[in-house]
Amino acid sequence: MALLQISEPGESTAPHQHQLAVGIDLGTTNSLVASVRSGIAETLPNAEGVHLLPSVVHYSAENEAVVGQAALTFAQTDPLNTIASVKRLMGRGVDDVKQAGGYLPYEFVPGSSGMPLLHTAAGDVSPVEVSAEILRELRMRAEQTLGGELQGVVVTVPAYFDDAQRQATKDAARLAGLNVLRLLNEPTAAAVAYGLDKGSEGVIAVYDLGGGTFDISILRLNKGVFEVLSTAGDTALGGDDMDRLVADWLMQQAGIDAAADHGRQRHVLQLARAAKEALSAEEVTDITVSRDDGSAWSGSLSRDDFNSLIAPLVEKTLGPCRRALRDAGIRAAGVQSVVMVGGSTRVPLVRDRIAEFFAAEPQVDLDPDKVVAIGAAIQADILAGNKPDDDMLLLDVIPLSLGLETMGGLTEKVIHRNTTLPTARAQEFTTFKDGQTAMSVHVVQGERELVDDCRSLARFELRDIPPMVAGAARIRVTFQVDADGLLNVTAEEQTQGVTSSIEVKPSYGLGDNEIESMLRDSMEYAAADKDARRLREEQVEADRVLEALQSALAADGDQLLDAQERSVIDAAAAALAEQRNGTDYRTIKQAIKVVEKASSGYVERRMNSSIRDAMAGHSVDEFES
Amino acid sequence: MAADLSTTHFELFGLPQSFEVDTEQLDSRYRELQRTVHPDRFANASDLERRISMQQATQINEGYQTLKDPLRRGRYLLELGGYQFDDEHRTTSDAAFLMEQMELRELLSEVREAEDAFAALGKIMDRIDGDAAILVAELQRLFAEAVPGASGQIADALTKMQFFRKLQQEALELEVTLEDEIG
Repeated sequence: MALLQISEPGESTAPHQHQLAVGIDLGTTNSLVASVRSGIAETLPNAEGVHLLPSVVHYSAENEAVVGQAALTFAQTDPLNTIASVKRLMGRGVDDVKQAGGYLPYEFVPGSSGMPLLHTAAGDVSPVEVSAEILRELRMRAEQTLGGELQGVVVTVPAYFDDAQRQATKDAARLAGLNVLRLLNEPTAAAVAYGLDKGSEGVIAVYDLGGGTFDISILRLNKGVFEVLSTAGDTALGGDDMDRLVADWLMQQAGIDAAADHGRQRHVLQLARAAKEALSAEEVTDITVSRDDGSAWSGSLSRDDFNSLIAPLVEKTLGPCRRALRDAGIRAAGVQSVVMVGGSTRVPLVRDRIAEFFAAEPQVDLDPDKVVAIGAAIQADILAGNKPDDDMLLLDVIPLSLGLETMGGLTEKVIHRNTTLPTARAQEFTTFKDGQTAMSVHVVQGERELVDDCRSLARFELRDIPPMVAGAARIRVTFQVDADGLLNVTAEEQTQGVTSSIEVKPSYGLGDNEIESMLRDSMEYAAADKDARRLREEQVEADRVLEALQSALAADGDQLLDAQERSVIDAAAAALAEQRNGTDYRTIKQAIKVVEKASSGYVERRMNSSIRDAMAGHSVDEFES
Repeated sequence: MAADLSTTHFELFGLPQSFEVDTEQLDSRYRELQRTVHPDRFANASDLERRISMQQATQINEGYQTLKDPLRRGRYLLELGGYQFDDEHRTTSDAAFLMEQMELRELLSEVREAEDAFAALGKIMDRIDGDAAILVAELQRLFAEAVPGASGQIADALTKMQFFRKLQQEALELEVTLEDEIG
């Protein structure tokens, strides 16, 4: 109960138990988990001392799914059951996947909710479930290393991820049994790692070219506040694409048919990646490609030739850079430093081109693979409450505009891109037929004029509108986007004050029921176990609520509450204290709700008084000289 | 919604109600306020507190955006003074201004034919930005003079500003479309 815990200066709150919290970088190619230990944020290695976990999952009929390096060994022998780069499929629809299908050698089957499923030996799995396997692996690593259950995690996402992709990521984390404190944008996480490291102030750009995604963010750093001014990018552009360009070239050289089997394609892709990596240090690299008939092609690739292969791809990242600068209202010269993030920024051409574009030497001192996870760990540590005195704050933006479909398939923007989060916008709708009681609202995300060129997020069915003559009903629909960049919609009929019900049909994603049933299916949630866990959780929550309430009341209950208000709160608290010792988590949950309801006015008063305190000393007069 | 947030944006940020805004003050007040209410400060709090925190942070963002942007700030000031905008039927009768708008619009439509479309678009965007800046200076003067009954004049300048905003938006959309096409 953080709000209630706002304490007077000098008055310390109860000693805090260290909460286990980690940051997770769920990458296209590799994933990482990091934590703050003894004040230092560092990535956690596995038992063999390896930090990077390949984001690869292998499914088989007999055994449980295998994740990471062990899964990678199946890439050539069992390509259809070895799922890599699943991040590219998160929150995507069947049609998107068909487009991507050319280079993702899997068998797709259409699932419910318009979401594609991957057909494997272990059955059909959704991209969300595949990601959950990776997250579960990292969770186990973290819990073994840190010696306890994780209280919370910060999971990073590309800044340019839309609502569906973010929601899919959060669902995957839930499925892996993780408590998500925050979805954090990757460039923002990197800025935290760099910013805190160097104590820098001013405007910085974060250029983040990962395995499959590209982000550019412009941030202003000021006394611990990281304010994202703008962000732009491409969620389907990254180092994988470089590999593919080199692989195409290799297949051409070696005379391998483009329709070669999946195993052969994987083989060539791995050679291509190795060549790319070698060319970051070498001027030329030798490659040998084996053909189906057992013969081989041997040749070499120079850095110059490699550069001309990938140059269009690097150029493609400059468009978003230009747009981000313009949206931030800043010229390239106004950017003090450029931070390089993501393994693909090791490519010399990328560094050279970015140095030229921003006319600044890019910063590469932190390991570009680890910097995102490290930033996420720092944020997780703070959000978990381990650093009550830290005043770091991250203010992020919505990367893509939210809009509604209007007549003729056009988009009307409701929330513009690069608006600081959280944000909300209300829009009024009316009925166009007499007695109309339902209405459909289509929400899209993107910058284009036509609905078809934007990403469909969801269709909302407004029901229970009181019947009136056409145009008389006024339905106020509120779009709220939270700090994670996730959209929530509520609707109310204004003239009669009826709350209309909304049925949300996500265009690509899982409904809440599907998540619940997956959770039930997963082994970790056996029924009995689940109830015990729920009870424990509610008891902990009850204690937290009561403790915070008591210390708040002691601090300012007398000033902010009259006797009547006080007695209502006290009664609710006493009831909760009693229920807390019961065995039914539902009763405790209910009692917590009663306390929250009784104290809601008090909580608001405390918040307002803290706002007044923040502004205290700044009287209007002081500027009117 | 909480009591303090029913005050004006100016009061919320402890700033005098004026078109002239000390942006440095505004920025630092904004950071202070968000430090107090932002949902990240309530990551472990109850649902109720998280909801209140989100509402307040949302409102502070809204206030900040309004005060930071000359167009929104100008409109807000007029509305505080009781002026009612009629967005459906508002236009300007300034012929020279409308001519310029048409010219800019024509330039935008010709961008595709330019040898370097992005450079051509960038040039037009810079020109729009420059014109909009001149208009802001004009607004500054009108608000500062505070001639009684000047609301109509100010509203007219704000409408012109709105035209530029629309052009800026269209230019940005064109840029995205062009990028999609080359990609």
